[in-house]
Amino acid sequence: MISTTDKAETLERAVQGRSLWMDAWRRLKRNRAAMAAIAILALMTLMAIFAPFLSAWRYDEINYDLVTCAPAWWPGPSLCTAPGHIFGTDAVGRDLFVRVLYGARMSLAVGLVATLVSLVIGVVYGATAGYLGGRTDALMMRGVDILYSLPFIFFVIILMVLFDRSLILLFVAVGAVEWLTMARIVRGQTLSIKQKEFVEAARAGGVSGFGIIRRHIIPNSIGPVVVYVTLTVPTVILTESFLSFLGLGVQEPLTSWGTLISEGAAQMETATWTLVFPALFMAVTLFCFNFIGDGLRDALDPRDR
Amino acid sequence: MLGYAFRRLLGAIPTLFIIVTLTFFMMRLAPGGPFDTERRLPPEVEANVKAAYNLDKPLVTQYGLYLAKLAQGDLGPSFKNKDFTVAQLIGAGLPVSVTLGLCAMTLSLLLGALLGTWAALRQNRWQDYSVMTVAMVGVTIPAFVTAPILTLIFGVYGIHLFGADITLPVSGWGGGALRNLILPVITLSLLQVAVIARLMRGSMVEVLRSNYIRTARAKGVPEYRIVLRHALRAAALPLVSYAGPATAGILTGSLIVEQIFGLPGIGRYFVLAALDRDYTMVMGVVIVYATLIIVLNFIADMLYAVLDPRVRLS
Repeated sequence: MISTTDKAETLERAVQGRSLWMDAWRRLKRNRAAMAAIAILALMTLMAIFAPFLSAWRYDEINYDLVTCAPAWWPGPSLCTAPGHIFGTDAVGRDLFVRVLYGARMSLAVGLVATLVSLVIGVVYGATAGYLGGRTDALMMRGVDILYSLPFIFFVIILMVLFDRSLILLFVAVGAVEWLTMARIVRGQTLSIKQKEFVEAARAGGVSGFGIIRRHIIPNSIGPVVVYVTLTVPTVILTESFLSFLGLGVQEPLTSWGTLISEGAAQMETATWTLVFPALFMAVTLFCFNFIGDGLRDALDPRDR
Repeated sequence: MLGYAFRRLLGAIPTLFIIVTLTFFMMRLAPGGPFDTERRLPPEVEANVKAAYNLDKPLVTQYGLYLAKLAQGDLGPSFKNKDFTVAQLIGAGLPVSVTLGLCAMTLSLLLGALLGTWAALRQNRWQDYSVMTVAMVGVTIPAFVTAPILTLIFGVYGIHLFGADITLPVSGWGGGALRNLILPVITLSLLQVAVIARLMRGSMVEVLRSNYIRTARAKGVPEYRIVLRHALRAAALPLVSYAGPATAGILTGSLIVEQIFGLPGIGRYFVLAALDRDYTMVMGVVIVYATLIIVLNFIADMLYAVLDPRVRLS
């Protein structure tokens, strides 16, 4: 008796696994742009994690003998060259390569943590609203509508300015901006899933409302959520660098891509490399996330192509 | 329709109220104040200054006083620029920001719709792929990267074309001269052009597949008429509903663009005012921006109903 149920369960799992995720993965593997993007991002992440070991200089090591020096291979005009510094040095002689990698650490960390914050808030809020339905749903989504019409970036700026640019606040503030769309997506999914027979079966079997949301609704709405998450990460990275560019992001000697770009833009006529490298790294990363997001969307929803 | 419009406008009041309340208390709960200077004021003077601006009263009383003033349309005096009221400062900056925003919005809509339509008509051919690649670049590269690059190309090096030296000013307003507007408007538009082109392509592809377009083709309507008269109207609908996010995007972008190009708009005031704890100025700018967003969303909704006879507002 027990073995039969076990077998049935394994069978069910196998069939379900093939039908959605394995198929999606197979389709994604055929998408060369997305696979290349995944490889590049993996490399970028590894470089960010092992940044201290990749450069002979520390990220905050100042050298006044090599102020804004170009790398030895730089083709454009420059006042001096800094041998060994493959991306040259910044305005106080710090190694730009290791600083770009530390910027990657900051930007990727903000991207992941803030996205996680938005994911948790959005999924719980959206699933609850969709599952409860009726007046509660209407009220909760009306709240989202109102929040949507707020000029959020202004609140984030006010928060960052007034509360001394704390890093945690940055994570939370940016995450709190992005959860609205997530909540809408999850609610839409929930509304359609809760009509399905297996939810009815679960309810008939006496599963609690919370249990149904946790075991049935959230797992089944993962597809669109995953796509949206990969598209949220670059948005978050952009928002963080936007704040850093305005001078409201992380503080010296720590850095992020936005800060580096802002410093580079200030001296781009004489030291173009200080703008080019951080801008390039950021653009490539954002590209990769967008390619992965598009690829996942095609893979998970092949009708839409 | 009129009833709906009226109710929508009434609905904007609580939204504005929430915005005002949130901003007010968020700012006041933060440490620091507008009169913190390097040199501390003598306590008596500080007390007098605070009394003059009602800062000595309890927070809730101040909030009430501010709301009462606001209801009469009075945004109060600026705490930092002591000889000016907030209304005067906004009045000076708003024309700059609005000109910038309107030009950028117009350019994005025209160029975005044009590129999107073109890509849709040449679907899966090189024209389509190149437009979509450019749009992808436009979506990923932020304004604060494109601005310095454009500055470098057009402002510092200058473009030498057919013997003409095209060098554009990279900073300042110049009394609203077209030359000064070109670079900021392009910077501000790039992202929106990209987004709108993608939207337009998607909806145009869909519309061109629909039955009434096939009917028009079968009747022998010339292709340009099909696109201009029949498809464009339906395909432009998603653009209308994108108007809200687009406005928000352009406002956000204008914070950066006004700073980079040194334009005296209200976006630049906002960041400065927040840094200075200029409470009334921050409130004023937030209220103006929120109103702009709400009004534009409202216009978009109305336009949507006018363009699409299937939508019944109730």
